[in-house]
Amino acid sequence: MAAGGLFDQAENQSLSGAGRSFWSVLHIDPILLFLLLFLITGGLVVLFSGADQNMEVVKAQGIRMGVALVVMVVFAQLDPLVFRRWAPWLYVAGLMALLAVLLFGVGAKGAQRWLALPGLPRFQPSELMKLVVPMMTAWYLSRRYLPPRLRYVAVALLIVILPMAMIIMQPDLGTSLLVGAAGIFVIFFAGMSWKLIGAFLGLVSVSAPLMWFFVMRDYQKQRVLTLLDPQSDPLGAGWNIIQSKTAIGSGGFEGKGWLQGTQSHLEFLPESHTDFIVAVLAEEFGFLGIVCLLGLYLLIIFRCLYIAAMAQDSFSRLLAGALTMTFFIYIFVNVGMVSGLLPVVGVPLPLISYGGTSSVTLMAAFGVLMSIHTHRRMISA
Amino acid sequence: MPWGEFKDTVAERRLFQRRAVVMLILVVTMLGVLVARMYQLQVVEHEIYTTLSDKNRVQVQSVSPPRGLIYDRNGELLAENRPVFSVTLVPERVGDMEQTLAKLGRLLDVSDEDRERFRRLLQERRRPFQALPLRYDLNEQEIARLAVHRHELPGVEVAAELVRYYPHGELTAHALGYVGRINRQELQRIDPVNYAGTNYIGKSGVERFYEGLLHGRVGYQHVETNARGRTLRVLERENPVPGEDIELHMDLRMQRLAHKLLDGQRGAIVAVEPSTGGLLALASVPGFDANLFVTGIGVDAYRELSESPDNPLFNRALRGQYPPGSTLKPMLAVAGLDSGATTRDKTIWDPGFFTLKTGGRRWRDWKRSGHGWVDLKDSVAQSCDIYFYEMAVDMGVDTMHDYLSRFGFGEDATLDVSGALSGIVPSRDWKRAIHNEPWYPGDSVNLGIGQGFMLATPLQLATATSVIANRGTWAEPRLLKGVMGDVTVDEVLPRQTHQAIALKNPDTWEFVADAMAEVMHGTKGTARGAGRGASYRMAGKTGTAQVFSLAEDEEYVEEDVRERLRDHALFVGFAPVDNPKIAVAVIVENGGSGSGTAAPVARAMFDAWLLEYSGNENPVLAVESGGQN
Repeated sequence: MAAGGLFDQAENQSLSGAGRSFWSVLHIDPILLFLLLFLITGGLVVLFSGADQNMEVVKAQGIRMGVALVVMVVFAQLDPLVFRRWAPWLYVAGLMALLAVLLFGVGAKGAQRWLALPGLPRFQPSELMKLVVPMMTAWYLSRRYLPPRLRYVAVALLIVILPMAMIIMQPDLGTSLLVGAAGIFVIFFAGMSWKLIGAFLGLVSVSAPLMWFFVMRDYQKQRVLTLLDPQSDPLGAGWNIIQSKTAIGSGGFEGKGWLQGTQSHLEFLPESHTDFIVAVLAEEFGFLGIVCLLGLYLLIIFRCLYIAAMAQDSFSRLLAGALTMTFFIYIFVNVGMVSGLLPVVGVPLPLISYGGTSSVTLMAAFGVLMSIHTHRRMISA
Repeated sequence: MPWGEFKDTVAERRLFQRRAVVMLILVVTMLGVLVARMYQLQVVEHEIYTTLSDKNRVQVQSVSPPRGLIYDRNGELLAENRPVFSVTLVPERVGDMEQTLAKLGRLLDVSDEDRERFRRLLQERRRPFQALPLRYDLNEQEIARLAVHRHELPGVEVAAELVRYYPHGELTAHALGYVGRINRQELQRIDPVNYAGTNYIGKSGVERFYEGLLHGRVGYQHVETNARGRTLRVLERENPVPGEDIELHMDLRMQRLAHKLLDGQRGAIVAVEPSTGGLLALASVPGFDANLFVTGIGVDAYRELSESPDNPLFNRALRGQYPPGSTLKPMLAVAGLDSGATTRDKTIWDPGFFTLKTGGRRWRDWKRSGHGWVDLKDSVAQSCDIYFYEMAVDMGVDTMHDYLSRFGFGEDATLDVSGALSGIVPSRDWKRAIHNEPWYPGDSVNLGIGQGFMLATPLQLATATSVIANRGTWAEPRLLKGVMGDVTVDEVLPRQTHQAIALKNPDTWEFVADAMAEVMHGTKGTARGAGRGASYRMAGKTGTAQVFSLAEDEEYVEEDVRERLRDHALFVGFAPVDNPKIAVAVIVENGGSGSGTAAPVARAMFDAWLLEYSGNENPVLAVESGGQN
């Protein structure tokens, strides 16, 4: 238990002290809030450069982040019990929405991702599933003795795979992987045995070639091939990755300075304000900037894992842990893709890339975490 | 189901915390991988990517030097550079060429000819990222329209380019030549560095001969461009060295007069200043508008020019090789006297025909009844053929060939006239080589009156006449009179190679000049009509050259056939006799008689130069170099 002891100190600190009166009433975790605000502000600064100094883009993103913060605060007010109680119903509703998307969804570029219900704003059910799937999995597993037995793991996997499959069919590989990851992390945190994990990883590596031949679309295969050899098509598919690596590499240790990035400002870097914004940061703020960014992310993850470890019941712990790791997956996939380690998948840099949907989902997740942290009961563990 | 109350919550919490630590380690490790990757890109491979990034944005562009201007001897501008706005495409940067062309077609007036020329350029070998012109001479509205739509048109640029313009295109086309787009063969020949920014090169004439002088040295600029190839700013610049401006001996007024005199006919006039060899006029009529060729002539326009029966593209002055006919007689007279084949006093009886042996073939005199008793001077003045037949036989081909060669026949004796042909001075060897036959005495008879195998260009006739005017001293014909800038004429003009013709009795020159003056002023002179009423003495010689045949496939209207079978009218001369200021050769194709058609043309040239223009010059060098720099 030595390792577990890392999270043990000051277990009930937040239940008492000066902070309790103010922040607890608001159901806000000040440390996490501060870290997030710092990240978002810094993100807007980089975005201003990435969007070629277009203030309109920064304003729109600021408003969106404001909305996301409100969503976070709203989620933070809800007791974790509410999430637990609603998890199965949300899950069922989510599956139906995904089915509806497949049947009569709207979208662009050959993928149906949006659902336009009369009277409701257009939304992406798959995005909601990033929250709902870990909730459902946590709900299911928290009702069992942990570590779960094999058949419960099997059921949990099914809970995860069903929406994943439906999202893949849209097709939206990136979101599907994030949704799947969120569910898998719940199972992992629940105590899935290492043997099983080993077997699972083995299965994944075996199924990879199968995925290649039966699941992946041509454009997805192309992305993998491009990653392996960007020079095969330097002006086409390889362009993005070559240009983003060039942007990152030319930034050097200290960077070219804010607004001085030639790759982004001269339009060599594609998607410089959305998926590839980290390349702008790397070009203009250099290796130092990247280390600061990743450090900030690490602090946020650390805080979230702490919140998870401090949670009072299994459902909260599993959910908090899984949401945290999903956040990390965003970071790793995005930075890995921009720096040429991973194939290009449409995953934004969390809370920095321009774009609304993922920001709102992420902030809602942080709201859930804050809810978990601030709705503590005065019971002994 | 129980919610946890009955579960071992402590154990579950411990389990979770252990897993969380594993995850934290995983997170730190994977973030470490990302940091390591960034370290690799940003620190280890930084140099590589800096280079790539600079290569992306910084383009080295060559700046073409402005081409040197060409002036006539009075500072009249003959070739200048006009800024022309053209729309160009860089194929490497244009995404969908068809779509872009279609879009441009909607914005601008792009003719099929433009399109066709563009496609031709597209297929030719070219430098990468070279902008290819689609249409020239955009007006302001079109430029504005392109500016509005430019974001939709990657790789499309409006380029301001200095394009050669010949204000007197038709008058000067044959003498100046023209520039045109660099073609594939030229691309192999030129210095790729110095021509990196140049699209045009001298194709003919002065433009070709002085290409190196007129072109200048290329400059460079480092520019920052964005991903779509738009130039954003100039980072560094090394200015080009402009080409040298040059001045020609040509007098545009003389050139214009020559064209006017031959207007509606086919022919050539070459006027030389004997003391310098400077070409005052070098006219081949009809001319053509050289400006058509600069940016690339359309197929139809070219066909019209090249298939015209008047052959305007043919430079008759330099490349028209005609039998010189009687205009060769003054040179032959010099040869006959100096070689001793005849004397000033020797007279012959001209019965109207000549035979080598009694009863043999008869060579006729142009005058059926004959000239009666004539000496050499009479024979020049009246153009008596019989005297020259006999003298030619007495001289023999070797002597004639020797003397004629010294007058510059059979070679390109010019210093800087690009494309001049050499004509033919026949000899025994020549006939053996070409016709595989021995030289017959009859061939000498023909050569005696400038017929037979002998061919000369108008420029050669003018040159030889100028040598007589100079009393044997050579001044090779040349176009270049002055260079503005640091270079001197002597540095760029080829060396003179011809020796003065030394005669046993130098007085022979005066005798021949006198004989030629008789042509113009004598009572029986063939061109006395043209010489009448002059305030100065002039020397000349008329000539006619027979048109042998028409190519069988040439199709002419009935009337034209008769017209085109008429003899070519020729004339050579100089004036004033004692202090020659101008020597002229005139040929009017199918003009009939030299005396009736060609001589008055020469007289008009003499008058213009001697009475009006000469001495009324403003040498451009004196004016310009004083004020400049």
